[in-house]
Amino acid sequence: MTRTEGKNLRVVLYEGPGSTRLEDDERFQTLSTLLDNGFEVTRPVAGQEVAPADDAPVLVLGLLDKHPPATPGQEVHFRSLSDGDPLGAAREVRETTGARKLEAWKPWFPVIDFDRCTNCMQCLTFCLFDVYGVDKQQQITVQNEDNCKTDCPACSRVCPEVAILFPKYGKGPINGDIVKEEDIQREAMKVDISTLLGGDLYGALRTRQRDARKRFSTERDESKALLERKRCLSKLKKDLDIPDEVLMTLPTAEDIEERTARARAKLEKRQAKSQTVRDKQATTTDWGI
Amino acid sequence: MKILYCNCTYAKVVPLEVKKDVLRRLSDSGQAFDAVADLCDMSARKDPALNKIASGGCTKIAACYPRAVKWLFHAAGTPVPDEGIKVLNMREDSADNIVRELLT
Ligand code: SF4
Ligand code: SF4
Repeated sequence: MTRTEGKNLRVVLYEGPGSTRLEDDERFQTLSTLLDNGFEVTRPVAGQEVAPADDAPVLVLGLLDKHPPATPGQEVHFRSLSDGDPLGAAREVRETTGARKLEAWKPWFPVIDFDRCTNCMQCLTFCLFDVYGVDKQQQITVQNEDNCKTDCPACSRVCPEVAILFPKYGKGPINGDIVKEEDIQREAMKVDISTLLGGDLYGALRTRQRDARKRFSTERDESKALLERKRCLSKLKKDLDIPDEVLMTLPTAEDIEERTARARAKLEKRQAKSQTVRDKQATTTDWGI
Repeated sequence: MKILYCNCTYAKVVPLEVKKDVLRRLSDSGQAFDAVADLCDMSARKDPALNKIASGGCTKIAACYPRAVKWLFHAAGTPVPDEGIKVLNMREDSADNIVRELLT
């Protein structure tokens, strides 16, 4: 089972007929412990709405005198909180039902904001780990979330539209915060990956992936080469928050700095040009013509 | 009206005191709600439970940035409707404001 497969056990914290109401502290502690350990919990209250049942296995937890009614066709297990610790019960039922066990992954993967995305495919071209793909409508999509390198936001730096989010990233707009004008300006100066790789993007990418993997595994044994490369890339790492492992497979800092300098010069030229247009307009308005 | 609370279990991006305070007050309130360990994880798994949350009337979601939550649902193949979903941001807002919004 991969990290993104399988059903979760749904825990229902029951306090209805046939049970004794929990003390506030106990309810909170139970909820908190279960959530902190990766379980999903529903607290139903008569006459109020919660998410309906589905085919995921269910554990009903509470100070139960008798079993409350279950939804027909659903796998439901009952454990009384008076029997011991809720986490133990949830773990035991999770084992029994074969529900997904996941206590040590940080769900780190790119999420695309399609209000911004222009389907330029730069992210797909850039990512060496096959995280991106194209769907039947030829639309960019995230297809292998599992492959994404934890804490690496590199592809979001490549997106010219600031359309790639990592909700667990520290800073905006990558974390999903609103995109401001200065963010867009900054992105305009980013490395144009297509130029970096040359004309035949996909051919170049394939070769680069092969070479990068080979190089990475060889350099692993040669600590000197690794150190040299790390030194070379440390500035980039600091600026972009990209882990070493990923940096090893990216273009060198020099390549990127050169590209950035050129992009910056281009942007400055563009800005100067638009400033001239604005100045002309201002003059026109001043004279009232 | 449904309430969904996201515990953001697998990262420390939501301030601990805010999320615990919100959970505590929700727990004490007598209000029905669903609580998930981590919406990001559910999105990565394209969990069908997201569909149940996204559909069927008004939902208030206590999680993080609304743009992140919107596209996480979309990524799971269960886009949220434009109307009737309110996302409350525990990364930026105070527990007082979040709880007030959730319970009114
Ligand atoms: S780089 Fe950005 S705009 Fe281009 S396809 Fe990827 S997400 Fe969309
Ligand atoms: S949706 Fe936001 S609050 Fe929820 S797990 Fe993801 S980053 Fe954390």
